[in-house]
Amino acid sequence: MKNKNHLKTALIGFAAGLVNGIFGSGGGTILVPCLVFLMGIEDHKAHATAISIILPISLISSFIYFRYDVTDLSLTLKVAAGSVLGALFGSFVLNWVPINTLRKIFGMFMILAAIRMVF
Amino acid sequence: MLTVLIGFASGIISGMGIGGGTLLIPALVFIVGTKQQIAQSINLLVFIPSASAALFVHARKHNIEKGLLFKLAVTGCAGAVIGSLAAVNLDSGILKKIFGTFLFIMGIYEISSKSREKNKKTGKEGCR
Repeated sequence: MKNKNHLKTALIGFAAGLVNGIFGSGGGTILVPCLVFLMGIEDHKAHATAISIILPISLISSFIYFRYDVTDLSLTLKVAAGSVLGALFGSFVLNWVPINTLRKIFGMFMILAAIRMVF
Repeated sequence: MLTVLIGFASGIISGMGIGGGTLLIPALVFIVGTKQQIAQSINLLVFIPSASAALFVHARKHNIEKGLLFKLAVTGCAGAVIGSLAAVNLDSGILKKIFGTFLFIMGIYEISSKSREKNKKTGKEGCR
């Protein structure tokens, strides 16, 4: 049983790294539900632990993208500046917005964008 | 300016714990015309400072399961090397289609996910 758990942990980590590397995102979307539903970690701890795992994963991935010259630093700085302000703003309004409704709206945006990307 | 606004929007969304990165990438591809791989690298790079800041806060609150972190990070890093090498070597048109498929599944997941009210006040910092 213990070995089985080790294997499960190893596979979850590997899957999160693989997805985050190939898509440049989505590691958290895999890790958080896995930690919560498969490993029984509390929600807020799962979020914190997921970020701590994706940070080294993103560092390694960024390094590889950089080595292969698929980066645009000036564009990255512009997005980063906006993103920091957005995150601050978002944390202030967090308790006043209907998160679950937003989740569904953004889910629909994702599906629309997905369809346009594939076809 | 448009790029800053897109970053702003994705910052808000990831602050709410709804995959900001999964929306930032298509936004850059469609609105700015960024190449798929470049858009992905932007998301990876932007994640690093914001995750570091979030982790600093979480570490002080002892929210990180350290034992689990090391186990998951080891295979996670191996996966990251393989995934990234695949991404930089794939044709961007093909990568875009694979990404679109992944995005579709994520979209279905967001729409069908049950209420996660208890998320509201605790773990919210951007999981991209």
